[in-house]
Amino acid sequence: MSKFGVVIFPGSNCDQDMIYALRNIMGQDVVELWHKDKDLKNCDFIILPGGFSHGDYLRSGAIARFAPIMEKVIDHAAKGGYVFGVCNGFQILCEAGLVPGALLHNTERRFICKNVFIKAEHNESLLTSGIPLNKALKIPIAHGEGNYFIDAKSLEKIKKNGQVLFRYCDDKGNVTPESNPNGSLDNIAGVCNVGKNVFGMMPHPERASDPVLGNTDGMVLFQSILSTVLQ
Amino acid sequence: MKFRAEIDVMPLKALLDPQGKAVTGSMKNIGLPEVQNVRIGKHITLELEAPSKDTATTKVDEACKKLLANQIMESYEFEIFESK
Repeated sequence: MSKFGVVIFPGSNCDQDMIYALRNIMGQDVVELWHKDKDLKNCDFIILPGGFSHGDYLRSGAIARFAPIMEKVIDHAAKGGYVFGVCNGFQILCEAGLVPGALLHNTERRFICKNVFIKAEHNESLLTSGIPLNKALKIPIAHGEGNYFIDAKSLEKIKKNGQVLFRYCDDKGNVTPESNPNGSLDNIAGVCNVGKNVFGMMPHPERASDPVLGNTDGMVLFQSILSTVLQ
Repeated sequence: MKFRAEIDVMPLKALLDPQGKAVTGSMKNIGLPEVQNVRIGKHITLELEAPSKDTATTKVDEACKKLLANQIMESYEFEIFESK
């Protein structure tokens, strides 16, 4: 049995959505972790939720990255433990160097809150293991700094290593410039580390996991995690 | 000894700076169409105690590398002044 820990930073605002999705929808054991905590309460799967940690001061995620709990999260990741960052959580993972790249201001320089479509690149990671590759998933984004950037050499490297997990696409699954909401390089919406145990993505699967909300496309990510982690 | 650092953090030249681009566009609206290539970054000042200017420089450089700038997307430069 897996135990999930959702880290709450000052300014996190998607923590309860994530906890709800895991606990109420997926029936998992979830605990809250506070940014000042110095242990992970025996959790084996750590989630950094969305929000505006420390008011996005300096750069999104830059200050949260040095929160006391992050030392433990980094240790956990180094030992092969699973870490998943969504939105601001992804920004924090980038700032911590746990996943490659950085998230710049959206090219339109506007905060974008809407449903977009993404598709999984492959099934070779825990997070994408159960996602049909030809299916465009409708998942909402809500960010001002989601424009994924990485230098050209590193981009080739992460592509070769299978570290690109999700790309923005249209509703048919075509990856086009028009379906790129924020200017992300190569339409990249989510990546992982070399070890494929740390995942980051800008779209919010936890906001698309409750049938009451009319969209459950995000559930397949959690199902992917559970089908593997729980075995 | 007390030092003051004046730090400039700028978006890397290779990156599109949407803020700078928008401001460049509005230059013609104020009658200055000759103004081009506006780029916008951050200016940060800080004070620190250090036994020498060299030590202060090393410390400020560490602050820039670890926290104040993200070198994937930004460059930085700074000057150190001895505070009176």
